[in-house]
Amino acid sequence: MRNFLFFLCLILILSSCKNEHVEVKKTATTNQTFIEVTLEDIPTVNYEGLEPIFNKKDDKTYVINFWATWCLPCVKELPYFERINQEYKDVEVILVSLDFPKQKEKRLISFVNKKKIQSQVIHFDDFNEQVWIPKIDKNWSGAIPATIIYNKNKRKFYEQSFTEEELQKEVQSFLKS
Amino acid sequence: MKTTMKSFLVITVLIIATAFTINPDKGYQVGDDAADFKLENIDGKMVSMANYSEAKGFIIVFTCNTCPYSVANEDRIIALDKKYKAKGYPVIAINPNDPKAIEGDDMADMKVRAEEKGFTFPYLVDKGQKVYPLYGATKTPHVYVIRKEGAKNIVEYIGAIDDSSRNPDAVTKKFVENAVDNLLAGKKPEVTYTRAIGCSIKTVK
Repeated sequence: MRNFLFFLCLILILSSCKNEHVEVKKTATTNQTFIEVTLEDIPTVNYEGLEPIFNKKDDKTYVINFWATWCLPCVKELPYFERINQEYKDVEVILVSLDFPKQKEKRLISFVNKKKIQSQVIHFDDFNEQVWIPKIDKNWSGAIPATIIYNKNKRKFYEQSFTEEELQKEVQSFLKS
Repeated sequence: MKTTMKSFLVITVLIIATAFTINPDKGYQVGDDAADFKLENIDGKMVSMANYSEAKGFIIVFTCNTCPYSVANEDRIIALDKKYKAKGYPVIAINPNDPKAIEGDDMADMKVRAEEKGFTFPYLVDKGQKVYPLYGATKTPHVYVIRKEGAKNIVEYIGAIDDSSRNPDAVTKKFVENAVDNLLAGKKPEVTYTRAIGCSIKTVK
């Protein structure tokens, strides 16, 4: 009976999770002026809500970077991702923030506005990390920065920091294939 | 009804079990005899597992001042010590970061943080970064539950404190508590290895 109650609670918790699917749009072009974001502009999603961004089947190459405002190596390489997003027409960068839920407004939103980030930013928040981390990639320890680059032909996972040159080279290797 | 419940339980356990079949590359594995250490505490005294003659085991937590995951788990580490010290499983915290590699993790900073939070356990400096590689810790926080067996210190659990490092309100599985509860009941922990979620241990490159 206790087990049953426990699973009932688990189901209730799971089903009460947010389940909004993320609509990925190119938010900016090179010359577009930056419009300040508010809390609503950066959706907070759980794993179920995040999953569609890993499974796009169109002709674009997707560069998905896991980062957080408190992660210094992540912040350092963000401009490289921003430039990739602006320079390549067929490449879409999505920045998945692992900032703590309580710090979304104070840290994440103000950071995006301060740095005038043009790439799509998604705030990711889920519990049960022993399950979602290996789902994103079975080799991922959960540490950031981490990046996935994929298109309909190819997929690679990187648990590392990039130099701008390395990142450009990796992205270009996807455009040739 | 009963069969449905049972099969649901079996499926859930299977899903969880497959999620846990990852092994660390190096360092201790569950079942290994962990070496004792002699590290300086924030009060200036040297601490070893051998000092605790009454203990049945230890909850060793590699943690630090600067990682947001460590900070998010401080209250949980204090709660573990409060709950299990009296039962024979005290917490020993070890800061594995090289203070030269990150600002905010030297002995003076550690004293301040321990005082602010009211740490009830030793907070040791892994001077020279000799202990964490031996254990195979890669993250802060990274927990090793150890059971004393005669002169041996047997590793019984490696990994995360629970399944929701960033949000204590969303925890559904308390891995460390479950492991220690089982050990106290004379049983083996059901889950012996999980991914430690946190920041990388900081070293000077």
